[in-house]
Amino acid sequence: MADLTWLSIAEAHKGLMAKDFSAEDLVKASFERIKATEDLNTFLNLTEEEAIEAAKKVDAQIAAGETINPLAGIPGGLKDLFNMKGTLTTSGGLMLGNYRAPYDATVVRKLKAVDAAIVGKQNMDECACGVSNETSYYGNVLNPWNKENVPGGSSGGSVAAVASGQVMYSLGTDTGGSIRQPAALCGVVGFKPTYGRVSRFGANAMASSWDHVGPITRTVEDAALVMNVIAGQDIYDATTPEIEVPDYTAELGQSMKGLKIGVPKEYFVEGVDEDVKKIVMEAIDKYKELGAEVKEVSLPLTKYGVAVYYVTTPGELSTNLARLDGVRFGHQAEGEFKDIHDYFKACRGEGFGQEIKRRILVGTFVLSAGYADAYYKQAQKVRTLVIKEFEDVFKEFDVLMAPTSPVAGFKIGEKVNDPLAMYALDMLTIPADAAGIPAISIPCGFNEDGLPVGLQIMGPQFEESRVLKVAHAYEQATEWHKRHPEL
Amino acid sequence: MKLTKDDVKKIAHLARLGLTDEEIEKFAPQLTDILNYVEMLSEVDTTGVEPTSQVTGLANVTREDEVDQSLSTPDELLETSELPVVDHQLRINRMM
Repeated sequence: MADLTWLSIAEAHKGLMAKDFSAEDLVKASFERIKATEDLNTFLNLTEEEAIEAAKKVDAQIAAGETINPLAGIPGGLKDLFNMKGTLTTSGGLMLGNYRAPYDATVVRKLKAVDAAIVGKQNMDECACGVSNETSYYGNVLNPWNKENVPGGSSGGSVAAVASGQVMYSLGTDTGGSIRQPAALCGVVGFKPTYGRVSRFGANAMASSWDHVGPITRTVEDAALVMNVIAGQDIYDATTPEIEVPDYTAELGQSMKGLKIGVPKEYFVEGVDEDVKKIVMEAIDKYKELGAEVKEVSLPLTKYGVAVYYVTTPGELSTNLARLDGVRFGHQAEGEFKDIHDYFKACRGEGFGQEIKRRILVGTFVLSAGYADAYYKQAQKVRTLVIKEFEDVFKEFDVLMAPTSPVAGFKIGEKVNDPLAMYALDMLTIPADAAGIPAISIPCGFNEDGLPVGLQIMGPQFEESRVLKVAHAYEQATEWHKRHPEL
Repeated sequence: MKLTKDDVKKIAHLARLGLTDEEIEKFAPQLTDILNYVEMLSEVDTTGVEPTSQVTGLANVTREDEVDQSLSTPDELLETSELPVVDHQLRINRMM
């Protein structure tokens, strides 16, 4: 039997239908790979029994000649903030270290409905706050391309698992870049759809007006296949609109001739490394060869993105995490307490890590009486202008292209005591979250240190198919996605 | 905007967040830096601009307020908790 490690979802599905191997083979290969590369610290818990059971069911369906979904029997992983009935769902922290999900998140229910083989729950920055996976209570995730480097964050475990061949896809969340930024640093595809396109019901919330769920895969086609299963309206998530879900693979393969690409100059400013700029510009040049028109454009509000983000998301996070008080949910402190407040403080003080405490403090401050107008409300007004700026630019351009991350990588521990330096690493991914527009990161080359670089493609709201089509065209014209780390 | 250690203590109390003296010492200058950084938002003229609360423009999304136990039954909910179950209820620590 051929090596199953690096198959795409589409290839694996084809192999299943041709009976070249079984779903059980795929799932077992996934667990073997996870074990062989466990030093990466990508998984917090494995769901081996459930995954094998799903695979056996799929194998029986294939034997009976039934039609199966492309995700059926395919090994995938979940960032550990997705509730999957009966599994620990820690959000990467001590606070929810004992929290066992009593129900399935909508996306998990949808994956189970097509007999996807979910192999486990993945390491992440605590409560999805971080850009390096260093805020996890459960230890660093290592970057498969260089184990001294961070994998990015907050979906660091999910991305490193895909990049290292442990699983064929993961589901992550993106609030300020948490799917795309690690995807860039680990050389895989990370797709954040429009706000509300995929239900967040059952995904532990970070910042509710910013949180997005999306796929991490090794090819663009695979991202489309996962989207086909997880997208759509959900009565349990009031932010999901009643807009029909197309077949996201339908436009793949279409020509780039006449496509209008805008390149926002504010995404190539100081703070973005020269090697990243150069590699991304070469990728954009490739689109010219493919027949697209490329023009520079200006989005002057880009520089306010990080500030908008670090006012509004801590505000929303501080309220979302208020329910974690050691009574119904959360770490329970031991000892004698003089009153209930004292008990809350002890539970929360012990249960949360440093970054979460920092953000709860910022969030509580910006929402407090006397400051809410100057900080939170002003930030949400600037956000309105950011949305408008994108709307205007998409009247002239089909898509925007830019780097995903300002750097190709950095060492574990390098920035850990400098919160503002960490926050700046989301400068190029935050704007698409602020405006709720679909954006993807795809591998577009390697720097001199052998680290992957990501090209970011953004489109207007609900134009997922266009973004995927454009990303796919580059992928088909290049070989970057076929390179894998040696582990 | 400069946050003193007393400010941090006050905010931590509002958030019901226990902090050690070392944390208070560390967070005061870090929070000051963060607030000074986001100060740039005041440069933007937002006269007459509505704040964003929902980016795709949905409003007043409602559904019937009906009890739905299809996702999880009360028994399943009890099973997932680490807390002791007494009389079909969870027993929590004495609070008062």
